[in-house]
Amino acid sequence: MQIYLPIAEVSVNAFLLLGLGGLVGVLSGMFGVGGGFLMTPLLFFIGIPPAVAVATEANQIVASSFSGVLAHFRRRTVDIKMGLVLQAGGLMGAAIGVVVFNYLKSLGQVDLLVKLCYVVFLGVVGGLMFIESLNAIRKSQKPGAVTAKKRQRGWVHAMPFKMRFRTSGLYISAIPPLLVGICVGILAAIMGVGGGFIMVPAMIYILGMPTKVVVGTSLFQIITVTAFTTMLHATTNYTVDIVLAVLLLVGGVIGAQIGTRIGVYLKAEQLRILLALMVIAVCGKLALDLLLMPTELYSLGDSGGH
Amino acid sequence: MWRFLTLLLCLALPAQAAQEEVVLALSKDQVSITTDFDGSEILIFGAIKRESSIPEGPPIEVIVALSGPDSPVTVRRKEKQLGIWVNADAVDIASAPEFYAVATSGPMNEILTDEEDLRHRVSVERAILSIGAAEQLEDAQEFIKAAIRIRENNDQYSLNEGIVQVDEQTLFRTEIKMPPNLTEGNYTARILLTRGGHVVAQHDAVIDVRKVGLERFLYNLSRQQPFVYGLMSLAIAIFAGWSASAVFRLIKNG
Repeated sequence: MQIYLPIAEVSVNAFLLLGLGGLVGVLSGMFGVGGGFLMTPLLFFIGIPPAVAVATEANQIVASSFSGVLAHFRRRTVDIKMGLVLQAGGLMGAAIGVVVFNYLKSLGQVDLLVKLCYVVFLGVVGGLMFIESLNAIRKSQKPGAVTAKKRQRGWVHAMPFKMRFRTSGLYISAIPPLLVGICVGILAAIMGVGGGFIMVPAMIYILGMPTKVVVGTSLFQIITVTAFTTMLHATTNYTVDIVLAVLLLVGGVIGAQIGTRIGVYLKAEQLRILLALMVIAVCGKLALDLLLMPTELYSLGDSGGH
Repeated sequence: MWRFLTLLLCLALPAQAAQEEVVLALSKDQVSITTDFDGSEILIFGAIKRESSIPEGPPIEVIVALSGPDSPVTVRRKEKQLGIWVNADAVDIASAPEFYAVATSGPMNEILTDEEDLRHRVSVERAILSIGAAEQLEDAQEFIKAAIRIRENNDQYSLNEGIVQVDEQTLFRTEIKMPPNLTEGNYTARILLTRGGHVVAQHDAVIDVRKVGLERFLYNLSRQQPFVYGLMSLAIAIFAGWSASAVFRLIKNG
């Protein structure tokens, strides 16, 4: 069934969109990532104009994250206090990110920068997570080896404005989470994603939060940042396509529910290694696009700003 | 007396030029883009009206050109720099139609001379206004060719030679397909009659391509009330997220 999207001004198959939404939704529920880093490139691939894809994706992430976070709230795996601190940083970061984005746009090469951002961050994050979770699995398989629950006691603990985050069992300064929030917000606005794939490892490795609460808290934070981004895109660029968003989110919210349930049955290390592999795969694909000679050297764009 | 004759001659000349005229009909002069819009076909048919008998010489040929709204385009070319492919050179095209379909009754280069093509801007190469492009880069022509190639692959540009049927040098008909990824605007259908490569008559008709119903409503809302539109998008997203969660809980508990 073909459907004409009013803002994107293209006609696409409705079932294809439902399927894409569902697939990405499952992953989103499993790993607590918005799925934007997968969905946005997929939307480019089926011919949605990039500007519309990025803006609409933000709206769709709101839906799938909201659906996912409710399940986590019920299981009490959301650190609300930590989430609020991260959100404060996230909104600041998103605002900065949009300014940076528009500045880069005026310089040209914004596509390249977005892609490079993807490759660098996905590569680093995916690689680190993969190595770390591989080590964790190896350790847990060794008989008799005590899994040392050693918390990092580095710079994170040496800062003022200490706050108690009861759900995470942490007593740390509010500055690191705020900084993490800002960084993720900036990247989210530039890359057009929720930022979960950066947020999740940052929470685990920098803030030292337990993996159990990381997913729920990340989703909680993503909702606010993507809602803000959606409004920004809707009011400045008019690129949010609500018909596209509805089709994606119908598939997405159902997928997210399924994904959250699958996630419960997997061990934290397994979850992390799967997420790491997926991140590396997307990174590899994008890196190849940059390294290999493209079949069409030319591309068309709106006039101005090159 | 001479003056009078000259005047007569002057009056007679335009009449001579307009000896053959197009009488046109379209299967529809409005294309409505609805939610399930999946492209459209427009039947263009008509007759050639003459005051006198069919002139001698080469037979009449018909060219139909349907063009969409014009807009400026930037064409960028990738180049390998520091090991990766990046956009390097760019050429701005002042104005290019977003849709351009040409249907003819014979091979384009036989039924229309280059000069006439240049004057009437019939072929897509001529329909693109690339003034100033050559000053931007030496090989600007390559960029324009690439733009045409990309849009041809995207079904936005097409040239179908020989699909216009001409009967008895008087009746003609053809069908032009419009792709699903149409943009809104006024589309112009131009019918040119040529004889021996020269245009002898031209007729224009406008086809209105418009979004209707829900498409119209959403589009207008997003432009005129972007804040409300944004809030509506968010409300729908949150409601969908909540209801999916609620439904799944019911399934699980029930």
